[in-house]
Amino acid sequence: MPRRRARIPAAVLLIAPSLVVMTALFAWPLVVGVGQAFSGPDGPTLAYARRMLDDPYFWPAVRNTALLIVVLIPVQFAFALTMALLLRERPRFAGFHFYVWVIPLAISDLAAGLVWLSVFADRGYLNSVLDHLGVDGVAWLSYQNTATMFLAVVVAELWRSTSLVLVIVVAGLQGIPKDYDEAAAVFGATYRQRLRHVVLPQLRPSLQVALILRTILALETFAVAQALTGRSLPLLVGETYQWYNVLQNPNVATAIALVVLAVSMLAAAGYLRLLRDRTVTQ
Amino acid sequence: MSARRRWERAAIQAACVAITLFMGVPLYLIALAALSSRDSLNQFPLPLLPTDPSTETMSTFLQSTGVTGGFINSLTVGLGTVVLALLVGVPAGYAVARYAFRGKDTYQLILLLTRALPIVVLSVPLARIFLDTGLYDTTYAVMLLHTALALPTTVLITAAIFVGVSHEQEEAAMIFGASPLQAFLRVVAPQALPGIAAAAMFAFMLSWNEVLGATVLTLNQRTLPAQVLTTLADSPLAYRFAGGLALVLPALVFIAVMRRYLLNMWGTTLR
Repeated sequence: MPRRRARIPAAVLLIAPSLVVMTALFAWPLVVGVGQAFSGPDGPTLAYARRMLDDPYFWPAVRNTALLIVVLIPVQFAFALTMALLLRERPRFAGFHFYVWVIPLAISDLAAGLVWLSVFADRGYLNSVLDHLGVDGVAWLSYQNTATMFLAVVVAELWRSTSLVLVIVVAGLQGIPKDYDEAAAVFGATYRQRLRHVVLPQLRPSLQVALILRTILALETFAVAQALTGRSLPLLVGETYQWYNVLQNPNVATAIALVVLAVSMLAAAGYLRLLRDRTVTQ
Repeated sequence: MSARRRWERAAIQAACVAITLFMGVPLYLIALAALSSRDSLNQFPLPLLPTDPSTETMSTFLQSTGVTGGFINSLTVGLGTVVLALLVGVPAGYAVARYAFRGKDTYQLILLLTRALPIVVLSVPLARIFLDTGLYDTTYAVMLLHTALALPTTVLITAAIFVGVSHEQEEAAMIFGASPLQAFLRVVAPQALPGIAAAAMFAFMLSWNEVLGATVLTLNQRTLPAQVLTTLADSPLAYRFAGGLALVLPALVFIAVMRRYLLNMWGTTLR
């Protein structure tokens, strides 16, 4: 019995260093950041926020970031689900396929941008292939072709970041007992019916986690676009980088960063609410 | 029925091969580009097969200003991050796995929340703080940021590992007179070692890949990705391709080594 009482301080002692690190490197910077964005040399000010809103790149950056999320995330989830369901059918060389599919997990967004730059560059591999086929090349990354520029960023991000959704979904599928699915099959349910009524509902917790995580990470997309398009396709975090590194204005940079934070939190809260509501109505 | 089944199997195989090509071909292409001579990179259309392999592009990249330094800084920061994240994270993971304490749920919630904190929100204010404390533009600054980023995951992974190590054996060791620390080092640590190694690799990879924070927190002590990013705009395509390959290569090794742990790391530690 006396042992148990002694355990409480032991646990606190063990987690204390991590709390110190997190306070010093998460909480304190957040406080400093709010100060940087909203106070100038003469007390509180909205000047930096206004400067951010008046910047001609800000609203395009908001629009591009939002568009990227809206286009990328549904495609990405469909892709990851397809991959996971294919693996579930135990194809030949499944181990090899899985290895190749998850390699991008460890590839940074900058590296992914550079990889796809070799494909989409004016004299890159895609145009080379088109040329071999006798088709005229396209200036995929030209600032005049916003649509193809955006497409290139979406493809590169799809390539890089779907593996995260894939491992979460595969781990989720492994946690589902096969009995339900088999029972449904015995009673004559088609593959589509089993997917819709048995597998997907049980996958919901995994999908929810993946959705929140991916939305927040997609909000932070930046180096891919930087490597592929420079500033021609502005994204929110890319603008922070511009304001900090190129324009040397940390205050406006933090203001944009706080916008990213606020949207991240809103998105997370929104998803949680949405997914909980749906559980109640079913 | 069996003909249909056979057709289905073939379709599944074909789909897998198609996806593998989509994921794999870009990797082949960046390797091809980075291992071509400057001359063959200037051709159009580019050859799609390695007709003229050469280390010229790679070695030019490696000899560019800041690249060797960037490599060394990336290694320093990565290893420092691993050491710090393990030093702070392993005890916390052990506490989460073994003890019931007040505020445990809150603590775990905080861990999850900090994973969702955008790096960009931290880096710019941290630059201010590090400027004031004299840490700005040192590898320590980047190390600290990366430790903070890797810490929540380290705690969650190690906690999952310690849950899997038998508590009875640990207690048995203590009954036979080992101190808690001895019991941990002699009984628990050996069993948890592969998992801890996985957590270490995860922290290293996170640090190796992180671009934005490393760029914001340094001017001269750039890590490799920060160096590549900041020189992107005024460097030739060949340099960018070589940089891309240099950044991608460790990923191939990492995933090959870590295959067994991937599902644990990204899949289940989240819940």
